[in-house]
Amino acid sequence: MAEIEDKLITHIATLARLSLSPQETRSLAHDLAGILQYAASLESIDLEGVPPMSHATEGERFRPDEPKHDITREQALQNAPDPEAGLFRVPQVIGG
Amino acid sequence: MSALTNLSAAEIVASVKSKKTSAADVIEAHLSRITEKDPGIHAFLARGDEAARATAREIDEKVARGEDPGPLAGVPIAIKDAIHVRGLATTCGSKILGQFQPPYDATVTARLRAAGAVIVGKLNMDEFAMGSSNENSAFGPVRNPWDTTRVPGGSSGGSAASVSAGFTALALGSDTGGSIRQPAALCGVVGLKPTYGRVSRYGLVAFASSLDQIGPLARTCEDAALTLSVIGGQDVHDATSSARPADDYVGATRQSTRGLRIGVPRAFMQSGVDAGVMAEFDRTIEALRADGAEIVDVALPNAPHAIATYYLVATAEASSNLARFDGVRYGRRAESPAAHASLKDMYGETRDAGFGAEVKRRIILGTFVLSSGYYDAYYLRAQKVRTLIRRDFESAFATCDVIATPTTPSTAFKLGEKTANPLEMYLADVFTVPVNLAGIPGISVPCGFSNGLPVGLQFVAPMFAETALLRAGGSVERLMGAAAKRPSL
Repeated sequence: MAEIEDKLITHIATLARLSLSPQETRSLAHDLAGILQYAASLESIDLEGVPPMSHATEGERFRPDEPKHDITREQALQNAPDPEAGLFRVPQVIGG
Repeated sequence: MSALTNLSAAEIVASVKSKKTSAADVIEAHLSRITEKDPGIHAFLARGDEAARATAREIDEKVARGEDPGPLAGVPIAIKDAIHVRGLATTCGSKILGQFQPPYDATVTARLRAAGAVIVGKLNMDEFAMGSSNENSAFGPVRNPWDTTRVPGGSSGGSAASVSAGFTALALGSDTGGSIRQPAALCGVVGLKPTYGRVSRYGLVAFASSLDQIGPLARTCEDAALTLSVIGGQDVHDATSSARPADDYVGATRQSTRGLRIGVPRAFMQSGVDAGVMAEFDRTIEALRADGAEIVDVALPNAPHAIATYYLVATAEASSNLARFDGVRYGRRAESPAAHASLKDMYGETRDAGFGAEVKRRIILGTFVLSSGYYDAYYLRAQKVRTLIRRDFESAFATCDVIATPTTPSTAFKLGEKTANPLEMYLADVFTVPVNLAGIPGISVPCGFSNGLPVGLQFVAPMFAETALLRAGGSVERLMGAAAKRPSL
């Protein structure tokens, strides 16, 4: 993949919730093409029968799923940009 | 540098416990040095002088009452700004977090406090730990104490600079692809990335959860070992933290070199390493051989694929982890008119305004490799290559106790030298990245100088074999004497 089209970056940016400027889109298309060209070296490796590795731990460990009150509602809201009545307020989601 | 800011952590503890020096005097000397010299380095993003003074007084009172003040009593430490310290903002080197006030201490922070360490502030870093030069900090770069026209490395550049400059005896960093070891090498200090699972990640802002690990930066291997003893161990808040008991890390630094089997992967180091770095590496290996180490040839045939593998795996994880920065629960929300149109617009505007260029680059790459139609070709393939990289290390460790490479292909580079080409910057991590992919521990120790700049040597060991790293590191320290040299600021 030598060329990355701007519209692919626009699509990815929508998935990633990034409102990129046209200049950023162009520049990222260029960077992504370079990085993927470099990553193409992995295509020549024989991976027949090789399992994927997602983490380096020695198996899963679970603890009981018991609710704990580590932080208060007030603490949870202390960093919120727009708290109201003990809740997080956001712009309109439905309709409009 | 005053006598007090020259002391190692172990020396400070001994001095405070024996009442030779008060913790208050130790902390005051370090705070003065930060005030005087940090404007030229920019290692600190936040300071907590009053809290540090109060903690130091408490330590002195404990000593006066005959109580045990803890294994890090009176030691000044600063914390990478990706790790929560109650009472100080966490910015992660980003504008998007605003002045986020953490509602809790990270587990490592709580353990340091309980051990009597004195937290003096938060350290500069590449935004969200993404970078190898500290130039991606939203608050401006850190400068290398050995040459302020050069970078300190990254992403824990503030941590390495603070220890190197004598601002603190210790620092904590985090290492996802080399972010402790690479700046340690460039600033001439010791940097230890523990085994994945050795140290709790609770309270560390997540970058790539399967690779991130917190670890110490120090001026001696003994101090790094002492810190690991304090911060390591299982934690109920991190399901990936291991229940394996700690080993005698401090004792390991004093073990003899004799009989230590050191693997050297010559083929992996063939291209791209500066001659000056290679010369110091070879000189150190010969000194280790003369001191009784057995030098063994090993092969890591898939290690050259590690950078490509890393940038597919780490960015995928980052794109998922950074989804939480959306202007709803914490951090800054964009205030432009477009951000008020709808929730989706608010997300997009907030994230575009709040993240820097490198973070956006990695979110886009990570989202791309996870997206429908590309997942198998990129992300899944990279995860399989990761298995091969890990298997290479397992095979190599059948014939050696540790593997040695240069930590970095070059010494500290100039500010601005690699910012235009992201790929070139990524290649600064060629020797450190395979270690995170495998989950194994690694250490960088100063081994010499090239054109007046520090050179770091990296040792890598099997899972949970930190004692082997500290034994090898201790040997290099005694044989080469490079760790004892300090920059003149």
